Amino acid sequence: MSYDLDLSTAWAFIIAFAVFAYVVMDGFDLGIGILFPTLKVGDERDAAMNSIAPVWDGNETWLVLGGGGLMAAFPNAYAIILPATYPLMIAMLLGLVFRGVAFEFRWRHAPHRALWDAAFTIGSVVATLAQGIALGAILQGISVRDDAYAGGWLDWLSPFTLLTGASLLVGYALLGACWLVWKTEGSGQTHARRMAFRLAIAMLLALAAVSAATPFLSYDYWRRWFAVPGVFVTAQVPVLVLVTAVLFFRSLGKGGERAPFLLALALFLLGFVGLGISIYPYIVPRSLTIWDAAAPASSQLFMLVGAVVIIPVILAYTGWAYWVFRGKVAADGYH
Amino acid sequence: MEHLDPVILARAQFAFTVSFHFIFPAFSIGLASYLLVLETLWLRTGRQLYLDLFRYWVKIFAVAFGMGVVSGIVMSYQFGTNWSVFSAKAGPVIGPIMAYEVLTAFFLEAGFLGVMLFGRRKVGPGLHLFATAMVALGTLISATWIVSANSWMHTPAGFAINAKGQFVPAGSWWPIIFNPSFPYRVVHTVIGAYLTTSLVVGAVGAWHLLRDTGNQHARKMFSMAMWMAALVAPLQIFAGDTQGLNTLEHQPAKIAAMEGHFDSHPHGAPLILFGIPDTAKRRMDYVVEVPKLSSLILKHDLNAPLTGLDAYPADRVPPVSILFWSFRIMVGLGFAMLGLGFWSLWARWRGRLFEDRWLQRAAILMGPSGFVAVLAGWVTTEVGRQPWTVYGHLLTAQSHSPLAAPAVAASLTAFVLVYFAAFGAGTWYILRLMAHAPHAGEPEPAAMPLRAAGITPAPAVDADGPKTEPDA
Repeated sequence: MSYDLDLSTAWAFIIAFAVFAYVVMDGFDLGIGILFPTLKVGDERDAAMNSIAPVWDGNETWLVLGGGGLMAAFPNAYAIILPATYPLMIAMLLGLVFRGVAFEFRWRHAPHRALWDAAFTIGSVVATLAQGIALGAILQGISVRDDAYAGGWLDWLSPFTLLTGASLLVGYALLGACWLVWKTEGSGQTHARRMAFRLAIAMLLALAAVSAATPFLSYDYWRRWFAVPGVFVTAQVPVLVLVTAVLFFRSLGKGGERAPFLLALALFLLGFVGLGISIYPYIVPRSLTIWDAAAPASSQLFMLVGAVVIIPVILAYTGWAYWVFRGKVAADGYH
Repeated sequence: MEHLDPVILARAQFAFTVSFHFIFPAFSIGLASYLLVLETLWLRTGRQLYLDLFRYWVKIFAVAFGMGVVSGIVMSYQFGTNWSVFSAKAGPVIGPIMAYEVLTAFFLEAGFLGVMLFGRRKVGPGLHLFATAMVALGTLISATWIVSANSWMHTPAGFAINAKGQFVPAGSWWPIIFNPSFPYRVVHTVIGAYLTTSLVVGAVGAWHLLRDTGNQHARKMFSMAMWMAALVAPLQIFAGDTQGLNTLEHQPAKIAAMEGHFDSHPHGAPLILFGIPDTAKRRMDYVVEVPKLSSLILKHDLNAPLTGLDAYPADRVPPVSILFWSFRIMVGLGFAMLGLGFWSLWARWRGRLFEDRWLQRAAILMGPSGFVAVLAGWVTTEVGRQPWTVYGHLLTAQSHSPLAAPAVAASLTAFVLVYFAAFGAGTWYILRLMAHAPHAGEPEPAAMPLRAAGITPAPAVDADGPKTEPDA
């Protein structure tokens, strides 16, 4: 394996970055959708909604960059993965439609609010499950012939993919709960803190279950994780997960407000690194490497120039938008 | 289900989702610019009226923009779900163009939208104006990139085909991005969005003027909208004409279908005003035509020869009936808009702009016409690209994903149900917002976090009471 930093590797990292940025940013707002039914109608729900209303659209744009970047930099992978996960992608998109419109619609007509709150939750749950199951489907392998998807339209369904779907549901809910710990106060915050505690336990169990199951999907994964000397590196990941988990529970118990959210994100980052260790350098595991799926260098280079210049600018004004809406939120709309 | 053709279903799905999607940008591109104008006028003149109008329309913008975002995400994934062969082959060329759209436009709009909607009290008027400007700029950048990618599918240029059968850049990206039809099409698209928005704003103003001629806010929006329609409708007809000439150069079969020319006319082609295309017999019935006018319009010469559809193999010709009608709907509405614009100028000159009830009724009738014309125009150009996805190089029938018909049929059904439910509700909320009369002291959008740290006090002019002043 070559460790030269070529264009395909650079793009693999950019797309991984976009996907992780998506998980970091849209994860907590999908999580709030998942937790919405447990929030009290009225102030608690309004405050939770207000805390993400100004930023959800930008958060979701990372998903478009992930998809668009994949099509542009690795068109063959895009053309295989999307048909392979067809019903999941359609379900995710429709889920995102429902939860996306709910942000505005729930304020437009009071008698319809309960309906759009339900749409917000159902849409968030469906989109999250679809993403989690799709992740599992990619991990377990996709049937490919002649650079095209060669399987049926339900190949993605298996106990393993259902496990990854449920895991992501728990994970996003944890991020949502931690976000509410940070952004709200009073009884809403207490409620969020209690949920964060339970969800963190569930998340660790899910992480353990997925980690235990992955090496049995394929001998490649097994070797990647357990062969000497690689094991001395890969073994650090579960160790770091344990350390992070301990820090998380300590800060949650001691009344920390921002730290639990950041530590929950750290757990996600470790899980994401673990995925990278399993998959790299494949983009469609065991079928296509990033070099097999790569667009020609001229396409990748043309975009790389733009990405290197523009992504830092995007991060800067996105950070500014979060800074503008920093602090605790209130439930009330306008005075 | 087995007899259903997955290609036809995939095409129906793309047509349905993209048509629904484009309704929202056609409105929000124009409305974002209108909001920028209103906010600039407010800051320059200090007149509360402009801030009220800004707040009135920004609530409508928020609903429309949200629907545009979620229906747009669907589009960015549909290339892969339903058109994977097209994506694998054309991805190296149009993928980067769309990636630049995400990087330069989508993030810009989304990043500043929150501040535009909810941040006025937090950032102060100057930065808020900047946020509005960035959202408006983002909508225009987005239109530019996506029309470039779409134009490349009509007039592909600057590419080579590699060993895998993929379209790849031949060298510079310049001829790809600025492909031969792109400049004409982007101008026509953006002017169309401005015209569509001005007709909607004009209709809302007219609606409230019919109820209360003295409503200063309704007067102002009606007056601004009618200026815009009067100025932009003729420009749009001119832009459409130049695009038509460009299409004649690059896609003559499309023009022949739009014109209903089944036969070639070596000595000057007539302009068919009306007729019923009979595609089976390859002829027009019940024709009303003006001799040689088509040659005059398209070639600026009464006797110039024009090739008809008979010059092409039957399987390389777009569906004539659809193009013939969609083109006439677009052009007919365009001239009706021109008529409305001139009528408003006449009424304005006579000093009766706010008193002419029939003008206002006509403006209400024309309110949705921009959407119809925009969709008819897109139907004309996209159906006219058939049977190709990449014109002359990749057939639609060879572009789709390896999917079974039931999967595509099920997803198409789901899209239809969800879109009508969600966007039907959204349209109803927008109409409710429009039904409420604009007035002094319009509130900011609901749903905003207020108690964040570092609240800057509302600008003094914010607190100004309602002012009424005579309006032009």
